[in-house]
Amino acid sequence: MLEIKNLHARIAEDGTEIIRGLNLTVKAGEVAAIMGPNGSGKSTLSYVLSGREDYEVTEGDILYNGESILELDAAERAAKGLFLAFQYPVEIPGVATMQFLKVAMNEQRKYRGEDELSTPEFMRRVKEAAAELKIAPEMLRRPLNVGFSGGEKKRAEILQMALLEPKLCVLDETDSGLDIDALKVVADGVNALRSPDRAVVVITHYQRLLDYIVPDTVHVLYRGQVVKSGDKTLAHELEANGYADIIGAAA
Amino acid sequence: MPAVQETIDQVRQIDVDQYKYGFETKIEMDKAPKGLSEDIIRLISSKKNEPEWMLEWRFEAYRRWLTMEEPSWARVRYPKIDFNEIHYYAAPKGTTGPKSLDEVDPELLKVYEKLGIPLREQEILAGVEKSKIAVDAVFDSVSVVTTFKEELKKAGVIFMSISEAIREHPDLVRKYLGTVVPQSDNFYATLNSAVFTDGSFVYVPKGVRCPMELSTYFRINEKNTGQFERTLIIADEGAYVSYLEGCTAPQRDENQLHAAVVELIALDDAEIKYSTVQNWYPGDKEGKGGIYNFVTKRGDCRGKNSKISWTQVETGSAITWKYPSCILRGDGSRGEFYSIAVSNGHQQVDSGTKMIHLGKNTSSRIISKGIAAGFSDNTYRGQVSAHRKAENARNFTQCDSLLIGDKCGAHTVPYIEAKNSTAQFEHEATTSKISEDQLFYCLQRGIPEEAAIALIVNGFVKEVIQELPMEFAVEAQKLIGISLEGSVG
Ligand SMILES: Nc1ncnc2c1ncn2[C@@H]1O[C@H](COP(=O)(O)OP(=O)(O)OP(=O)(O)O)[C@@H](O)[C@H]1O
Ligand SMILES: [Mg+2]
Repeated sequence: MLEIKNLHARIAEDGTEIIRGLNLTVKAGEVAAIMGPNGSGKSTLSYVLSGREDYEVTEGDILYNGESILELDAAERAAKGLFLAFQYPVEIPGVATMQFLKVAMNEQRKYRGEDELSTPEFMRRVKEAAAELKIAPEMLRRPLNVGFSGGEKKRAEILQMALLEPKLCVLDETDSGLDIDALKVVADGVNALRSPDRAVVVITHYQRLLDYIVPDTVHVLYRGQVVKSGDKTLAHELEANGYADIIGAAA
Repeated sequence: MPAVQETIDQVRQIDVDQYKYGFETKIEMDKAPKGLSEDIIRLISSKKNEPEWMLEWRFEAYRRWLTMEEPSWARVRYPKIDFNEIHYYAAPKGTTGPKSLDEVDPELLKVYEKLGIPLREQEILAGVEKSKIAVDAVFDSVSVVTTFKEELKKAGVIFMSISEAIREHPDLVRKYLGTVVPQSDNFYATLNSAVFTDGSFVYVPKGVRCPMELSTYFRINEKNTGQFERTLIIADEGAYVSYLEGCTAPQRDENQLHAAVVELIALDDAEIKYSTVQNWYPGDKEGKGGIYNFVTKRGDCRGKNSKISWTQVETGSAITWKYPSCILRGDGSRGEFYSIAVSNGHQQVDSGTKMIHLGKNTSSRIISKGIAAGFSDNTYRGQVSAHRKAENARNFTQCDSLLIGDKCGAHTVPYIEAKNSTAQFEHEATTSKISEDQLFYCLQRGIPEEAAIALIVNGFVKEVIQELPMEFAVEAQKLIGISLEGSVG
């Protein structure tokens, strides 16, 4: 589903290369975990994948379902099924969460040539998904992410993911800032989306999340490259020993 | 919100020059020669069959105007206006005043149809859910029709063109005209007093809640014609009225002048809600053409516990110079000003309000949202003052500016003056930009850039949009989206 080949990307403004020859393949139905020390380029990778214009791809390619998406802008990639749950969700003052959801869902439908959702149908879907994630209806009337607690923001990200039904989900440290119960709720939300035609990329620092969302593959990112890949046992090793061994070998 | 969806659809339908009301109507016109003189004023007055006192009043203003200088304190730049190059009167042939709908030139009806203004009462009534709105349609210098007059009359409400009111209700007009905005108030108001051609008159009698929204729709069509409308609204004791004003003009290379005066009077316990969606032609991408909008709007809370509320959405005009204000004379009176001013291209906006606290326990509230894009300049200018005797005056001002791109400017110029120590004035101001983070976040959710900007901006102005009557709110949201088209990228 996702094939990243020898990807090089730099900050458009000053030319600093952050992603330096990264290779990664994620198959449909797979859950891939990406781990790695702070500043290794995990969030940057998620931005480059989703088409943020602050970064330039200088070499390599990103194939999504076998086709390069480098020429598509961020909105087009999203409409084609790529979703990023942000490490730091952004506040949109004055725009009710509900309204934002409706615009996003309908814009994506429009791009795909589908009809707009009727209001009752939209309401039904939102209510159902919000209940699953234990999100109070009042929160949906508040402006998106404005004054949301850290945990509420993360939950709102997963709500959007559930409603937009993407094919490739990238979760950037969705576990940070969540209490134990919320972590469980969010993990259940993600697990509910697991399906043979959907892939999930989980960026995290902690095994804790991977206890709930059990990955098929684990990859270690360091200095803009995948320096080691393995199965779920790799995450346990990292938890026990830290990155020193791997980084030492890579350096 | 469906409005956002519609915004995008509309934006798509419109090509480079986005102004969709820019069409011109070929209608045979009856026009005064260019220039201003006592003869022209006499002509205007006689066209309207005015009584002698009205003509005298105009002359008085004209003579004063000749001694006045154009103001220069606003943050706007424009070439000197030649007041002798303007036609001060233009009316569709054969219209000296409003008639019944059957008599109105079908070409004119078509204009309003094209603008989406309902003039046919039957059709409005047929629309089940839509609430009723009575419309006074002003085309260049004359009111062409006023709808729902009969029904309003039953409630005792007088709603007609000011020209008609001068003839039919001279006592009311004489009693109130020029009592809020005196003839000598300022250069443009004085000019207006001399040459005003039409506008609306509303009188809501004691204790009456006006049964429907009233609205006036102004259209400038003729070339080189100034529009000088005059509106006078009186809410007698305990009365309530909500009034809407809309405006458009054809797309032209020359600048056109619009210098209106609006006076509102609220007596004891009365309330007037005045909403404007101003969408005059703003000029093209290079800044050529567009309306100069120099307007004096003022409300007088003359009675105790009266209330006047101004809500404006300003998206058009090449230059806007406009400060709807409230004089809080009655004890316990309240003034409100809610404003959205959008500027794009080379538009210049200098707008704001004055809240003048004179009575005891008066309060006012100002919420201003300025959005600047392109090469435009957007200034909020506001004055809040408390008179010596204005015990316990309260004001809250919130002034937010949003910049789109880096070639535009936003400025806030507040004047605050309290001569009574019990006054409590609060002022908050913010300036922000649509952040790259917000934009990318929306894009990542599949919302394309233009729609994302419309969404973020509509969020920014939400507090003000909420103050508009429902029918106008949707319209205003669309308009804001359209006005900002092409502001990024
Ligand atoms: N727009 C930018 N401007 C300047 N530096 C940037 C920018 N984007 C990324 N960087 C730098 O690139 C490096 C990688 O950042 P990134 O956020 O991708 O790391 P990360 O792996 O997600 O770290 P963390 O685990 O702390 O979230 C960091 O050194 C960061 O400072
Ligand atoms: Mg990160």
